[in-house]
Amino acid sequence: MAHAGEVETERNDIRDDGRRPPRAVVGSHRVEEELFGRAFDKNVVRRIWAFVRPYRTKMMISLAAMFVFTGTQLLIPLIIRYAIDNGMSPGSGDRSALLAAACFFLLAIWVNSTASYTQETVIGKMAENVLFDIRRAMFGHLQKVSLSFMDKTEVGRLMSRLQGDINSMQEFLETSLFSLGDVALLFGIVLVMLWLDLRLGLLTLSVLPVLFIVRIFWLPRARDAFMAAHETNSVANGALAEAIQGVRAVQSMDRQQVNFSLYDDKADANLKTHLTAAKYAQVMVPIVDSLTGVAMAVVVMVGGAMVMSGGIDAGVMVAFLFYIQRFFDPIRSLTLQYSIMQRAMASGKRLTDVLDVKIDIQDKRNAKVLSPDMDGSVEFRNVTFGYDRKHPVLKNVSFRVNPGETVALVGPTGSGKSSAMALVHRFYEVQQGQVLIGGHDVRDLTQESLGRHIAMVLQEPFLFTGTVFENIRYHKTDARREEVIEAAKAVGAHDFIVNLPGGYEADVSERGGNLSLGQRQLISFARALVANAKILILDEATANIDSYTEKLIQKALIRLLKGRTGLVIAHRLATVRGADRLIVLQNGQVVETGKHDRLIAMGGLYSKLYNLNHASFDDIPDEELDTSAQTGAKT
Amino acid sequence: MKGRNSPGHVEAAGWGRGLNTILRITRMNLRHPWQVAVAIGSTLVAVTLQLLIPQLIGWAVDHTQTAIGGGIAGAAADEALRTSALLLLAVSVLRGLFTLAQNYFAEAVGHHIAYELRLAYYEKIQRLSFSFHDQAHSGDLITIGMLDLEGVRMYFSTALVRAVLLIMLIGIGACMLISTDLALGLLTLSFVPFVGWRSSVTQLKLRHTWLDLQDRLSVLGRVMEENLGGIRVVRAFAAQPYEMLKFDHASKKALGLAHDRVDIRVRNTSAMTFSFLFAMALVLWIGGNKVIAGETSVGTLTMFLTFMMILQMPVRQIGFMVNAFAHASTCGSRLFGLLDLDIAIKDAPGARPLEVSQGTLRFDNVSFAYNGIENRPILKNISFEARKGQTIAIVGPPGSGKSTMAHLIPRFYDVTGGTITLDSQDVREVTLATLRRAVAVVQQDAFLFSTTIENNVAYGDPWAEEQRIERASESAQLHNYILGLPTSYKTVVGERGVSLSGGQRQRLTIARTMMLRPSVIVFDDSTAAIDAATEQRIRSAMRRFAKDRVTIIIAHRLSSLMHADNILFIENGEIVERGTHQELLAKDGRYKALYDLQVPPGDDMLPKQEGGS
Repeated sequence: MAHAGEVETERNDIRDDGRRPPRAVVGSHRVEEELFGRAFDKNVVRRIWAFVRPYRTKMMISLAAMFVFTGTQLLIPLIIRYAIDNGMSPGSGDRSALLAAACFFLLAIWVNSTASYTQETVIGKMAENVLFDIRRAMFGHLQKVSLSFMDKTEVGRLMSRLQGDINSMQEFLETSLFSLGDVALLFGIVLVMLWLDLRLGLLTLSVLPVLFIVRIFWLPRARDAFMAAHETNSVANGALAEAIQGVRAVQSMDRQQVNFSLYDDKADANLKTHLTAAKYAQVMVPIVDSLTGVAMAVVVMVGGAMVMSGGIDAGVMVAFLFYIQRFFDPIRSLTLQYSIMQRAMASGKRLTDVLDVKIDIQDKRNAKVLSPDMDGSVEFRNVTFGYDRKHPVLKNVSFRVNPGETVALVGPTGSGKSSAMALVHRFYEVQQGQVLIGGHDVRDLTQESLGRHIAMVLQEPFLFTGTVFENIRYHKTDARREEVIEAAKAVGAHDFIVNLPGGYEADVSERGGNLSLGQRQLISFARALVANAKILILDEATANIDSYTEKLIQKALIRLLKGRTGLVIAHRLATVRGADRLIVLQNGQVVETGKHDRLIAMGGLYSKLYNLNHASFDDIPDEELDTSAQTGAKT
Repeated sequence: MKGRNSPGHVEAAGWGRGLNTILRITRMNLRHPWQVAVAIGSTLVAVTLQLLIPQLIGWAVDHTQTAIGGGIAGAAADEALRTSALLLLAVSVLRGLFTLAQNYFAEAVGHHIAYELRLAYYEKIQRLSFSFHDQAHSGDLITIGMLDLEGVRMYFSTALVRAVLLIMLIGIGACMLISTDLALGLLTLSFVPFVGWRSSVTQLKLRHTWLDLQDRLSVLGRVMEENLGGIRVVRAFAAQPYEMLKFDHASKKALGLAHDRVDIRVRNTSAMTFSFLFAMALVLWIGGNKVIAGETSVGTLTMFLTFMMILQMPVRQIGFMVNAFAHASTCGSRLFGLLDLDIAIKDAPGARPLEVSQGTLRFDNVSFAYNGIENRPILKNISFEARKGQTIAIVGPPGSGKSTMAHLIPRFYDVTGGTITLDSQDVREVTLATLRRAVAVVQQDAFLFSTTIENNVAYGDPWAEEQRIERASESAQLHNYILGLPTSYKTVVGERGVSLSGGQRQRLTIARTMMLRPSVIVFDDSTAAIDAATEQRIRSAMRRFAKDRVTIIIAHRLSSLMHADNILFIENGEIVERGTHQELLAKDGRYKALYDLQVPPGDDMLPKQEGGS
């Protein structure tokens, strides 16, 4: 025992020789999405352009303002040059020329700030508009794409499209006009310098190639360093998030010490890569500064000699010195712009991928509106369906639910119950056969009217942020308060609701976390009742609800089904007993139908299932099922 | 935790607290003295060098002018030009190098503190007790650990070093200019106060609107996330038009604010540029007149104008600096607020390792109430004893305090009255590490880590050998399922990996707990999602395991607990009935009523279940 005790205490520790436990990790290594795409992707640009197009007048205005702005920027050193050469040449000062220069300067300033204001406001607001438009288009599109797409796509993934990717588009849209301005400025400076003096201009510009060559070597290395820093950052943050979310597990298994030392590694890697990245980011500073120094030295030495020999005026030399100070700025911001552009292209690609998801289920052009007078019957005629065409989940299924009747769908997990339910609402398209509502093929009806007449209660009750009242009313914004309370009373939710702080106005926190599963279930029942549809489809919760709540729910169920056609996926014996008729599904086929008593007497699959005596049919383990399936097949 | 949503509160918390935070961050920076010294020293040198550039340019221009005027000989002028050119080059290169040192070391100081804070924060989060985590929003904690930490990191380079740089640049520059020419110097600097003030005001305003915008965007984000998460509900009710309305409503609010922000920003940039250029025009006009009057030289005027060009950018950035101070102060107060929290449950002074020999667990008049609602006790006078090898079952209506009982044994919370002892040692007097190794709770919805199944099972014993992991998984009836996975025990759980059903998750949690070989094991409603037959098999697999420990089962399903040696029926925090299954049925009380609810008259689940076991 003493020995065992020693081993126990060592369980979560780092061994004396510094070894860490072999199976301990913190944070998962997530596969990062591609951060940078090609700098230019024609398709992406075309798609994004479609969103910019409506604003093209504004864009032209902004573009024009940008050119005016760049022009005045180029003009200012020239005005100074004019003032120096014409207004204040030593001995022969000309006050009127100086005055003219000053006035012209003021005019240039006025034009400059007006242009800059116009350019930035117009483009800034436009970028925001485009962004919101794209987001709206995506969100709207996601409302229409088929559920099979939504089934296999994580919500987090879509959210990072709708938020992260949109943000990098914003950055791009906002800066793209400025970088266009930078390009214009760069060319402008080069042209003006060459125009002022070709020889001096060429000499000064000779430093540029050096800069470009240095950049060619620097860029890939720097990018690797930045990526590494980014990567270690998200790894460390991932580990932190895990520690926060799993803190209870960590504490109850006493893993703090090991985890801390593992996290230290990640934080340390993060520190190191960031220091490397900082080195790479800063190393360009002395290079650019030195090149500026070279350019200035050239102007002073060569230009100065030219001034003295009378080749150029002093003002030209001064103007050159001014231009040199400005001319590395655009180059610097253009490099930045390059990576913004790459990032935007990668994001744009992902955005268009979402926009391009095909909408499989659409209303027919002449789709009918399901009339409120329809009888409320549901019929499956030889329906075959599968999420994957080769593996049908429902095979040639036919049954009919008469108006006002409650039918329970029963069968082991994977028998196709949920799929059948989804088909009634046309969440998916059948492969063969027909689903008929009130005698109409669902494909001939508008989806909107289908939704209006079929209410659905899902296994997992889903609540939205908002008050209890808003959750019960949901999209029926015209429902009166009394209707909502009436519905809550009918399903037995009223009592606990009025006991909440705030009653019906009580806020439902994130996904209803402040309510128990049973309470959420009752609220979702009330919601279905307010929707007041002729047909009710209900997927009973499988989770083990305590017996007290269960009783309440059974009562609510009876109230909910009164006067409606009900199709219930039943997991509980009590529900099964309450149904008018049972349909027993197995492997996608209807194997038995009839009343509870009759099916029990028949001694088929249902009676086998029933006699296994589990609280829920989903409980039945595979092995027992296999044996009963064989017996079922024999009968 | 509310601070993020109402930035006003934090900022209104007063300058005193803000100042304290800033001082605390500064002190943290100073713990890296030589890096701080190099960064600040380099800043001083770089600024001084930068200020030499306009002088050198002015000097060179003057030489050309004097040479033209015949003031000096051509050769001497050439010599002077060469000297100034070389000096310009040397100054530029040196300035570049010192700027590199300034920026690099400023960043380095920030990254080093970030590293220290990261570790401190991680450790704190790991140690803070359950009562803290119950109230904290995990999203907020993640934000503090990522964004607020980042805000504190940036303080040194974006606030402190920049402040030094600006003070030096403007201070030395002002002295230089004013001593050269008072009027022209003042005129040159005239734009500084205006631009500095505008830029500060604007940045602070933008900061506020930014926080507002974040709020609105997070509302928009929530609308979208709930829509996508609840897409089946949306489709089921054909509520897409309603959802679009909700989206547009939230979107419009955010867009309006985004437009406001553009307005605030642009209006001020334009005003700043205008005032700067206006001052330049004045310098040109007045300076030009002085040149004509022979009071000053073209070179001096050029120097002034060049100086303005140099000063322009940093002055515009005064606002960023002010913003950086404000940002660091809010981020810092949130972060430090958390780091300074007391840990409610920790080792008592002189706590000794728990020593288990008999393995007897005792509750002695235990009462418990949550912090802040002491007047609503969750548990009242609970007493019972369990010996090694015994199974105790706890049952009762929802909210009766069953789970709370389980949480008190490993001290996830501390009792407010009475004592819990393990072999006569009060759980509050032994070390937490040994206690939690001796008491394991299988939670209903336990957190699984996104790593391999093997690592998950071995989470509490990462040195474990493969056979033990497999044996635990076999007992939890999970082994066969795992073998069916493409990479069996190496399969990664969760995001991108295999997603487990509720029952499989619970079985994995049970396997994980069995690895711990605890003296007390509590199943806190942890078989709810497991089917009855599998549960039965787990139970028989555990029988051997249960011999050496106390087993406590909390469950709704009577079949899970009717074999217990002692069943406690809890209601409103009190034990109202206790005994074996048969005794309680005979009592015809609450337990019997629950039994009748679950087993409708006519059906008798009991004989069958017993026969199976």
